[in-house]
Amino acid sequence: MTAVAEPAMSIVDEPVVAPAPAAVPFHEHEAKPRDILIICYSGELEKTWATMILATTGAAMGAKVRVFLTFWGLQTFVKDQKRITGDNAMQKMMSFMQRPGISHRKLSKMNFLGMGPWMMGKLAKQYKVASPRELLDLAKEMGVEFMPCQMTMDMFGLKPEDMIEGMGEPVGAATVIALMTEGSAPLFI
Amino acid sequence: MPLEIAQRVDAKGLSCPMPIVKTAQAVKLMVSGQLMEVLATDAGSTKDFAAWCKTTGNELVESSVEGGVYRFVLRRK
Repeated sequence: MTAVAEPAMSIVDEPVVAPAPAAVPFHEHEAKPRDILIICYSGELEKTWATMILATTGAAMGAKVRVFLTFWGLQTFVKDQKRITGDNAMQKMMSFMQRPGISHRKLSKMNFLGMGPWMMGKLAKQYKVASPRELLDLAKEMGVEFMPCQMTMDMFGLKPEDMIEGMGEPVGAATVIALMTEGSAPLFI
Repeated sequence: MPLEIAQRVDAKGLSCPMPIVKTAQAVKLMVSGQLMEVLATDAGSTKDFAAWCKTTGNELVESSVEGGVYRFVLRRK
């Protein structure tokens, strides 16, 4: 009796034992780090800097980094030489009031009509801190993906040719949420 | 076998994140098992290089500091 019952038991037990959790520890040496998704929303100099530092470092550490560019953060990625952007008067006025481009960022505090950013730039040079512009070039070189927000492009009247070279296809919020649900570490800057 | 350095990165004077960024770029030029020497003066580098190695799986063979210069020897995985 027992000789027959035992194999029968083990067959029944097997499926219960089989689905072992296939959890791969994130910091395991061989494991690839989690993807990183930075939502670049703000346009201030210091926040642009933070975005670019984290994006390049993430890429340097082997993570796939994506940067979603939206609202004021999208204006940062308009070509520096563009002065006025947009189709209608209001869009043009917006770009006039806040000059687009990564080299024309203002500080949220102590801007003093550009005196703050100028001093910040001087200090950065002195301490060999790479500028947001330099970090952007490195980020592109290292495979960081930039995804402009289609809705912001429309609202500001921005065209693909207004944007810095190397930006990806414009996307919407669903792409961003999908990346988050798939496990990208999200950062809202 | 003597430790032969295949790549050298001089990141002295550079601030975060450039020492790590330069290292990540240089490691791409190496083959598995080769050694790289990095020199840096950024006081955060001891922790940063340990973290970089832990995440990327490259081996931190040596980590030392002398006269304000941090020296790291890394082996490409």
